[in-house]
Amino acid sequence: MNAQRDARTLTRSLWRVAAYGLLILMALIFLIPVYMVVVTSLKEAAEAGREATAWDLPSKLNFESFETVWNDLSPNLRNSFLLVTAATAISALVGSMNGYVLAKWRVPGASIFFPLMLFGMFIPYQAILIPLFKFMDNVNLYGGLPGLVLVHVVYGIPITTLIFRNFYVDIPNELLEAGAIDGAGFFGIYTKLVFPLSLPGFVVVVIWQFTQIWNEFLFAVTLVKDRWQPITVPLAETAGGISVDWNQPMAGAILAALPTLLVYIIMGRWFIRGLLAGSIKG
Amino acid sequence: MYNRKDKAIAFLMISPSLILLAIFVYFFIGQTAWYSVSDWGIDPATALKKGVEKNYVGLDNYHTLISSASDYEFRLAFISTFYFTIFFLSSCLILGFFLAFLLDQRIKGEGIFRTIFLFPMSLSFVVTGTIWNWLLKPKGGLNILPNKLFGTDPLEYKWLNSDTTLFKFEWLKGGTLFYLGIALFTFALFTYVAQKRNLSGFWVVIAGLVLWLISAAGFWDKIWVPIDDPVRDIGTYQGYGYSAALSGIVIAATWQMAGYVMALFLAGIRGISEELREAARVDGCAEWQVYTRIILPQLRPIALSAIIILGHISLKIFDLVYAMTGIDNKYVKVPGILMLKGFRSNEWARSSAVAMVMLFAISLVIIPYLWSNLRTEKQS
Repeated sequence: MNAQRDARTLTRSLWRVAAYGLLILMALIFLIPVYMVVVTSLKEAAEAGREATAWDLPSKLNFESFETVWNDLSPNLRNSFLLVTAATAISALVGSMNGYVLAKWRVPGASIFFPLMLFGMFIPYQAILIPLFKFMDNVNLYGGLPGLVLVHVVYGIPITTLIFRNFYVDIPNELLEAGAIDGAGFFGIYTKLVFPLSLPGFVVVVIWQFTQIWNEFLFAVTLVKDRWQPITVPLAETAGGISVDWNQPMAGAILAALPTLLVYIIMGRWFIRGLLAGSIKG
Repeated sequence: MYNRKDKAIAFLMISPSLILLAIFVYFFIGQTAWYSVSDWGIDPATALKKGVEKNYVGLDNYHTLISSASDYEFRLAFISTFYFTIFFLSSCLILGFFLAFLLDQRIKGEGIFRTIFLFPMSLSFVVTGTIWNWLLKPKGGLNILPNKLFGTDPLEYKWLNSDTTLFKFEWLKGGTLFYLGIALFTFALFTYVAQKRNLSGFWVVIAGLVLWLISAAGFWDKIWVPIDDPVRDIGTYQGYGYSAALSGIVIAATWQMAGYVMALFLAGIRGISEELREAARVDGCAEWQVYTRIILPQLRPIALSAIIILGHISLKIFDLVYAMTGIDNKYVKVPGILMLKGFRSNEWARSSAVAMVMLFAISLVIIPYLWSNLRTEKQS
């Protein structure tokens, strides 16, 4: 009996060693691109372009790529920050209000328009691109950031509404009814009772929208003129070129990735919550 | 609380969003649908004129896409997306489950590992594409990694410029089984979603996949008369099938999204009570049987969610391809890119038709999902 148990503990600990080994191996594989992007961005142009030595460490540290890229792309970074700040703030507020209405007020027709709303977040945006482009042109919103903000707010309505709705559903109705007895109306209940409880919902939605809008490409490449382009557009163009010094696209990739990456590393838990909210209980 | 005035205010507060979505989603889709059956931009000279008259041409544009020699690209793109979806989904699901399984072994430092596997999710597809573009250079990157690590000969894949086509089949003629496979697959998806936990749906999927593999691997041509393709004379013709150049994009996309599947599965595994697993062990289940008998079956709804979410991402894949291959790669075609190309060259009607096909494919996946999700929610 004891021998059997020993055997079992032994296999179990062997298995745990194997599991750690596999995990570390997988982690290393996942980090390969990180190694590559950092190493290449720190090389000089000529050295960075040499494919045969791609894996070698830079022969001497060189930050010129970051300098160049910063000079070239800082207007685009600024565009991205402006776009993301405005669009995220507006769509979080809109989503919060919609979520409150859908979770706590029995609005007629909600069972029909809610799914219709949600469908909007799955459509391929190519399917609305041409009319959208014409529309933006007609109302003089084509070319600049305000138009892009509007587009991101509108197409962000489904997901922000969904996240807030699922969040508010968990607030007990009794609490709100108590507020109503005290004489609070629609707005009173929202500002005094619901909004103060909303911080976690706002964190999830803000992180989600921030990441989505920062990373977005299709609208960015079709709806604005050159000088207002967000960072993803020039980045995609440099890498698409045939002969490039690869230290620059790599440095650009780091610059473009840092904001969302930082958010993810600092607030990972909330980031994951947004991810799961987008899929389960659609 | 629910007095009439407040209810009216509630409706008033949500109506701007509803109106905006009605216009920006449904009205615009309607317009695209109308453009796709019009002749707008077929004659490039009139494409940019304001107020140009658009004539109804029926399904002509779609017909051209399916059958004309010059729209060979579109068919290739459509098929590429299909293959891409299959490979991307399976690699994400397998890798994601494997990682979740490893992390479930009461690992110290689980948080660190999770962070590493999931961080690519926070990046833009454009960033991912840029990095992998460099990693897939024929004379560098992944090809010479084994050489650097173990001193073996460098690999010689051409990755994004690979001109090989695998799993070939003939369009519209020899490919009957291919379409049968797709039809069965779609049908199965519907029935499965409609009556959750219906096992027969699963077998139909398997049957569909087997049929599809038979036809895709080219066996069909061996047991039936091979038929000449109408566009074989075109210079760029390489046959319809899986363009090997897509493999690099599958790898990059998997790198980015596998962590997401891991997170979904891990959340699901953690939701299964430890008592249930312990009970299975007491009943004599080996550790691996706990996974095959207890955990995997319980994860099916989550797997389905993952398939739908990843599936719809993959059916509209665009940014990643753009960043990796640019807009004119000879061997990598996806509908999203073709649509943008058409958009830029003012071929409004044609690119609308491409977009409508994309929308249709995605609706096939999304509508049943939304429907069943909301139905179960109502029941609970």
